[in-house]
Amino acid sequence: MTEAFAIEARDLTRRFGNFTAVDRITFNVRVGEVFGFLGANGAGKTTAIRMLTGLLAPTSGQATVAGHDVYREAERIKRDIGYMSQRFSLYDDLTVRENIRLYGGIYDLSGQEIRDRTARMLGRLGLEHAADQFVRAIPLGWRQKLAFSVALLHQPRVVFLDEPTSGVDPITRRQFWELIYDAAARGTTVLVTTHYLDEAEYCDRISIMVAGRIGALGTPRELKQKFSADSIDEVFVRLARPDVHPPASPPERQA
Amino acid sequence: MKALAGLLRKEVYHILRDRRTLVVIIALPVLQVILFGYAIRTDVDHVRLAIVDPEPDAVTLALRGRFTAAGVFSIVAVVPRPDALESLFARGIAQGAVVFDGGLAEKLARGLPARLLIVADGSEPNTGSIVRAYAAAVIEAYERERGGAPRGGALIVPNVRMRFNPTRESSNLFVPGLMAFVLTIVSSLMTAISLTREKETGTMEALLVSPLRPWQIIVGKVLPYLAVGFVSVIGVILEARLVFQVPLRGSIALLLFEGLLFILVSLSLGILISARTSSQRVAMMGALIGTMLPTMLLSGFIFPIESMPWPLQAISFAVPARWFVLVARGIMLKGVGLAYLWLATLILLGMALFLLVVSTRSFHERLES
Repeated sequence: MTEAFAIEARDLTRRFGNFTAVDRITFNVRVGEVFGFLGANGAGKTTAIRMLTGLLAPTSGQATVAGHDVYREAERIKRDIGYMSQRFSLYDDLTVRENIRLYGGIYDLSGQEIRDRTARMLGRLGLEHAADQFVRAIPLGWRQKLAFSVALLHQPRVVFLDEPTSGVDPITRRQFWELIYDAAARGTTVLVTTHYLDEAEYCDRISIMVAGRIGALGTPRELKQKFSADSIDEVFVRLARPDVHPPASPPERQA
Repeated sequence: MKALAGLLRKEVYHILRDRRTLVVIIALPVLQVILFGYAIRTDVDHVRLAIVDPEPDAVTLALRGRFTAAGVFSIVAVVPRPDALESLFARGIAQGAVVFDGGLAEKLARGLPARLLIVADGSEPNTGSIVRAYAAAVIEAYERERGGAPRGGALIVPNVRMRFNPTRESSNLFVPGLMAFVLTIVSSLMTAISLTREKETGTMEALLVSPLRPWQIIVGKVLPYLAVGFVSVIGVILEARLVFQVPLRGSIALLLFEGLLFILVSLSLGILISARTSSQRVAMMGALIGTMLPTMLLSGFIFPIESMPWPLQAISFAVPARWFVLVARGIMLKGVGLAYLWLATLILLGMALFLLVVSTRSFHERLES
C-alpha cells in the first residue's frame, strides 16, 4: 500500500451521553511523521486515540489507520499498530525476555523472529545484562523505553503513544525521544500525546486540542508564528485560556 | 493458537511466581472446610453431664458407664443431692444432668416404679434437646438389654425417638455443602482479582489493542485457574474422606468432573464480575458477596431449600452451589450416577456457558460503547 497518510480522520466524533469528548476532529498524519497530540487533561486526546486504536467506537465521522477503516477493519488495524499507554503495559513479575516473548507470540511472530528481535532490541537499549531480570527490578526509565520497544516489536506501521513520558526524568525523556526518532526514521508513523509542552517542539507537526476540538494544527514553527508566541507553551496558553492572554494585547500595553 | 499458548504460559508464570497467593489459594479451602466443618456440626460430643446419685448401686453405675461409653457424654460431676445442680448449671460446668432415684436397683428388682430425671440446659436449646434425646436413648437401650421394660415402666420410656448417632452423621450432610462453599469463593476470587489487577496496572489495555480476541483473553485466564481450582477440589475431597469420614459411594471420576465443572462456573462468575468492575477491591467485594451469601443461604447447605418460601426457592435455582451440593451429596452419600444427576450437571454446564458468553460480550461492550 502506498497511501500518503498513515492516519486520516474526518469529523471524528465521540459522545458520552450529553458530553462530547471529541468534537468533529479532522486531521491527517503522513507516513513516517512524528505527530504530536497536545491538550489539557480532559481535552479529548485519550478518547481520540482510543477511537483510532479500536478500543472505542466513534459516534460519527470517518477514520482510517494504516489504510484500514476504524469501523469495518478494526481487527486489521490491531495488527498494524503498536500502542503504549501512560499506564505500564509490561508484566512486572515476568522477566524482560518473557515479556518480549509474550507480546511476540500475541502478534504472531515466529520463535526465530522473536529471538532475533529480542537480541537486537536489548542491544539497542543496552539492556542485555537485564534480559533475565524481572521487569519490576529495573528502573522506571528503562522500563518505559522497554515498553516502547515492545510496542514496536511486531514492526507496526503506526504507533500510538499516550503520554509515554509522564513521570520520567528529563534525561530519560530525551533518550525516549531519540527512540521515537529512530522509529520514525525506519518509517514508522508516530502519534504521541504529551502534556510536556517542550516535547511538542520535537514533533514534526502538532495539533492542540481544546475542549474536544482541534484548536490549532501545524508545525511548531507555524503555530508560533501564527500566534506570535516564543514557545509552544505560549501558543497553548493562548489557545486554552484566551481570556487570560488575549493575542492582540501584549503585556507591555497594560503597564 | 500461538498467541493463546503465550497467554497461558504467562498466566502460569503469574501463578507460580506468586507463591504466597498460590499457597493461600490451595490451602484455604482445605482449612476452611476443617474450620467450618467442626463449627457447623450439630452432633453433640462430650456433653458435660452431671450425675445425681444419692445411693450408688449396680444399676446406676451401669447406666453411668453407658453414658460415658458412647463418647457423647463426659461426666463432670457426681453429687449425692440435686441441690448442687443449680450452681453446676449456672456456672456452665454441666450442660445436662441425670438424677437417679435412691435405691434404684432394689426398686427395679422388686418391680417397683423407679424415677429418673433428665435435665437439660434450655438456654442452649439445640444442645439441650439433643442431650434429652441421647440420654433417653441410652436408657432405653439399657432397659431393652435387661430384657424388656417391666410393665408399668420402671424407668422413663421417653416418646422421643432418635436414632442413636455415634458417628458424626451431620458432617456427611455438611461437608459436600462446605466443599461447594469454599470452592466457589476461592475460584471466583481468583479470576476476579487477576483480571482486575491487569486492568489496574494497564496490561489489560495492551492486550485489548492487540489482535487477541476477547475469548482468547478469557480462556487464557480461565484455564490456568481451572488447574489450580482442580487441586483444591482434590484437596477437599480427600479431606472429606480422611478427616470427616464422609463416604464416597459413587464414582470418584464423576465427582472430580462435577467439581471441575463447578469450579468452571465459579471462575466464569469471577470473570463476569471483573469485566464489569475496574478495581480489585470492588471485584473482591463483588466476588465475596456474590458467592458467599447465596451459597450459604440458598444452596441447601445449611438451610433446607424445601422449607423456604417460594420466592427464595425460585432464586435458589440460579445459585450454582445448589446444584453442586445436590450432585456432591448424590455421589458421595447415595452413590448415584449421571442417570440421576444429569439435570443438575446440564444446569451447571449451561451456567458456565452462559457466564462465559456474557463476559466475552461485556468485554466487547467495553471496547465498543
